[in-house]
This record gives sequence, structure tokens and C-alpha cells, in this order.
Amino acid sequence: MAAQVTYADVEVGTSLPTLTVPMQRWNLIQYAGASGDFNIIHWNERIATMVGLPNVIAHGMYTMALAARVVTEWVGDPGALLDYQVRFSRPVVVPDDDKGALLLIAGRVEEKLDDQRVVVVITAEVEGSGVLTGARATVRLA
Amino acid sequence: MPLNPEFVGRSFAPSAPYEVGREHIREFAAAIGDHNPAYHDAEAARALGHPDIIAPPTFLTVLGFRRPNGAITDPDLGLDYSRLVHGEQGFRHHRPVVAGDRLISTSTITDIRVAGRNELMTITSEITTEAGAAVSTVTNVVVIRGTAPQQEG
Repeated sequence: MAAQVTYADVEVGTSLPTLTVPMQRWNLIQYAGASGDFNIIHWNERIATMVGLPNVIAHGMYTMALAARVVTEWVGDPGALLDYQVRFSRPVVVPDDDKGALLLIAGRVEEKLDDQRVVVVITAEVEGSGVLTGARATVRLA
Repeated sequence: MPLNPEFVGRSFAPSAPYEVGREHIREFAAAIGDHNPAYHDAEAARALGHPDIIAPPTFLTVLGFRRPNGAITDPDLGLDYSRLVHGEQGFRHHRPVVAGDRLISTSTITDIRVAGRNELMTITSEITTEAGAAVSTVTNVVVIRGTAPQQEG
């Protein structure tokens, strides 16, 4: 089975289906365990505030992983993602309540390359502020 | 204290091999809420042309924690871990990571530069199989807050 989206279907400016992901405290604990990143600022409010943060913050790599889903869910085959680069522009603060932080992820085709490849610009926002800048993925379409 | 600039260009010995387990891929995919069958179901992954389940695009971050190769822990580098913030991250995949891969990571400090009062250090890691086949090139820029040398205003 090939990827669901074909190169011919896609134009520069094509928008990808958006994704909304709640980030709660238990998600950070689960990500810590799965990744091996047990940095205490990602789960302990007492230490996070002691080092000057407003509260516990999400792992940047957790945000990066979530943001990639806007692309991999669009193409179907995650193996089609060839290149993925981000800059972390602001931390995602995750309060200990029933809502956490709500991450809104969007993508748009910025460029069509040769060899069936396209470049997707990804945006990730919490409460209207971008948490990643310069996020781009290159994917090979069918 | 500023970073030791002599570390630019220095490479660190390859890590011990990390064997990518199916259950670890599934655990990582579950942690990022991703139910893509290519991460969970070997039959579905094979239908896409992969030999077994594959790992999500950022999975290789686990090597830095489970098989650290010393790139930021050498005491002579002078890195104050409490001042470290993740600045940028990139993955250039030569092929997907597949369950059963035995991967090694060789890291090089490719840049140290000043940005305002901070220092930025770039670490480039080549991830290969034990046999040396290229799997991914991972770049990581860390920001060390407030350590820039203060010779000019």
C-alpha cells in the first residue's frame, strides 16, 4: 500500500488536516518513561518553580513528536517522512489540572521538490502563541 | 563559565548498540498518542513495504538517554547542565528505524557560538547500524543560558 496522498494531488499552499492534542501532566510522565528523559522540570512543580519556570513544562521532544503527527497522519506511511527540523521558541507550561495545555497543530505545503517530495511547514500553538518556529518536514508522496 | 571552544570538532566514541524492541516502539507511540498501525502492527507495516514495525520520526531521541555517548558529559567541556535549554532539533532519516535494528550513535560537537548572553552548542550524531549502514543524521542545538564570555557589550 502506498501513501494516501499523491504528489499530483498536492499544490503549494495545500493545507493539511489540523490536529488538537491535550497535553496533561500524566502525558508528560508517560513520555518521560517512554523516552528516558526524566528531567525533573517535566514532572515536579516544586523544582520547576524553584528554577524560575512558571510551572512544569513539557519536554520539547514531546511537542516535536506530537507536531509530526499532523504530517504522518496526512501521508499514512510515517516512513515517508525524510527530514524534520524544529526550533523550540517557547516552553509549553502544563498545569496540574483537568485540562493541561491544548496544542493546536497545523501544516501547509510550502514547496514541491523533485523525486515526489514536498516540504510541509508546521505550526504548533498553545493559547494562540507559537511554541515551535521554523518547523519543517520533507515527505515523499506516492 | 563559557564552554571550552577546543571541543568543536571533537567526536565521541560510538555508543554501545541499542536494540530497538517492538514493545519499546509501541510504548513510545502510545506515549505520543499515535495509533498509526505502522508503529503497532507488523502486518500493517509490511503492507507499507517495511520489514517490521517502524518507529515514529523522533524515536531516536531515546538513544541520547538510554545510550549516552558522552557528548555533553565530559567535565572538560565545562557545560553547566542546570543552564541547558533545548534550542533546536533535527532528524534527516536515510531510512526508517525498524524493530530489531541494532543502532550505534557517534556524536560530534560541530559548533559552539555566542548568541547574546547565551552560548549555543550544536551536536551532530550519525546513527548507523552495527554494520555501519546509515540510518539517520540527528542534529541537536542546546542553549546554555548566561555563559557567554563578557569581553564586549
